[in-house]
Amino acid sequence: MNVFDIIGPVMIGPSSSHTAGAVRIGRVANKLAMGKIPDRVEITLSGSFAETYKGHGTDRALLAGIMGYHSYSPEIRDAMKIADEKGMGYKFITENLKDAHPNTARIKVFFGAAESVVQGASVGGGNIIVTEINGMKVHFTGENNTLLIMHRDMPGVIANVTNLMHSKYEGLNISSFNLTREKKGGDAIMTVEVDSLPPEELIGNLCKIENVMNAILIRKL
Amino acid sequence: MFKYDAIMELVMAAEAAKENISTLVLRDHAESMGMTELEVYEKMELDYMVMRGSIEEGLKKNLKSMSGLTGGEGYLMNEYARTGKSLCGDFISKAMARSLAVAGCNAAMGRIVASPTAGSCGILPGCLISMQDEKGIPEKDIIMSMFTAGAFGIVIATRASIAGASGGCQAECGSAAAMAAAALVELMGGTPHQCADACAIAIANQLGLVCDPVAGLVEIPCIKRNAGGVVTAFSSADMALAGVAPKIPVDECLDAMSAVGDALPTALKETAGGGLAATPTGRKLQEFVFGKID
Repeated sequence: MNVFDIIGPVMIGPSSSHTAGAVRIGRVANKLAMGKIPDRVEITLSGSFAETYKGHGTDRALLAGIMGYHSYSPEIRDAMKIADEKGMGYKFITENLKDAHPNTARIKVFFGAAESVVQGASVGGGNIIVTEINGMKVHFTGENNTLLIMHRDMPGVIANVTNLMHSKYEGLNISSFNLTREKKGGDAIMTVEVDSLPPEELIGNLCKIENVMNAILIRKL
Repeated sequence: MFKYDAIMELVMAAEAAKENISTLVLRDHAESMGMTELEVYEKMELDYMVMRGSIEEGLKKNLKSMSGLTGGEGYLMNEYARTGKSLCGDFISKAMARSLAVAGCNAAMGRIVASPTAGSCGILPGCLISMQDEKGIPEKDIIMSMFTAGAFGIVIATRASIAGASGGCQAECGSAAAMAAAALVELMGGTPHQCADACAIAIANQLGLVCDPVAGLVEIPCIKRNAGGVVTAFSSADMALAGVAPKIPVDECLDAMSAVGDALPTALKETAGGGLAATPTGRKLQEFVFGKID
């Protein structure tokens, strides 16, 4: 902890958990969509988010984050208007999601018929935990640069990924590693947090690895 | 490097080095963050500039919160302060107006610096910007004093809490006032030990303050508690500078705050289940904003 955790962050009010944290959950969806504005989004608000989102501007905050704004962007206030201008449709649903943290939002992002999902919880002080991406359980905070590597669960994939990271990008240090899979030999996702910001080309090179379907970098939020 | 687990660690280091606490904290941060002292200082300067902007925004006449429950507190207090008739005097009244303005800016989805939290964001700016604008203290000194405030905040967060959900409002507005009190003492040329005394007095005077936001929103009573925190910060700093000893050492006060926070029932820790939130009017206001909740 340093003094800027105490005096800071700079944020749009009124609530670090219900506003700033909500923006950050939205930003994960934005990173997942490579910064493109979706045709429409469908957002499920659960727990305390469902009960109090209006007074905290949680809905605006989520939309702002999805459109790439930060928790300190004044645009949050006008997020609905901006979404209309950018042609992004949105719908909010209040429903208590099973086994979810009290402040949870589930964002479904649509580009035409293609759909992707991000679920995350705001756990206090503007901090979040992302718990699901496209049906796959994950666990990361967005505080570090995070690589999400979608792949088939086959022997050697992890070794190939970490070898590439080490041999070609010296100084790229892994601070956290997690893997979940649907079933043996099925779809799997690696969540790799790294200390420094990897170069863009790493993503392309990761995708060339056998059995890797896709890779994305979620930059430090 | 500092461990930031006891206020007295900072006090003793500063006394031994015959320096201000802020000087040592800035140096320590530059080292641990891998930046130059100037870079770290400039980061804090940015926070201070945002605080100034929040005051400007929050003093506007027609400011309304998102829920519609609050708004205009900063404007009203500032107009009143300008009449010169306030009981607290010009200086304190204007500082209160500034803190109400920042807290109102927060409620209206304006930009603020959480210090330490969004709910208590008005106390540090209310105190510090008044020291520059009313007493002519140089901006550089003010920004430096924020390192003392921040360092005290780290210790409070480590030993007790700065979250209303775990410690009640004593952890939010209480902590902010204690941090501000320490900064004020340093700005007035007090000793590092007097900074600690001011912190101890501020903590002791807000011990047990509950977090009971009406409708769960950061508005009632949060906005006015920021003005209360400003007054506590100034009075605690003045007592410390006068040599009025807290008697209970500062770190023990923090431990007491932690124990009191643990002992507080959940209804009084940011759940809108008790205190003002549970009053008939509090419930009515909740219905006004969110409709009937079973």
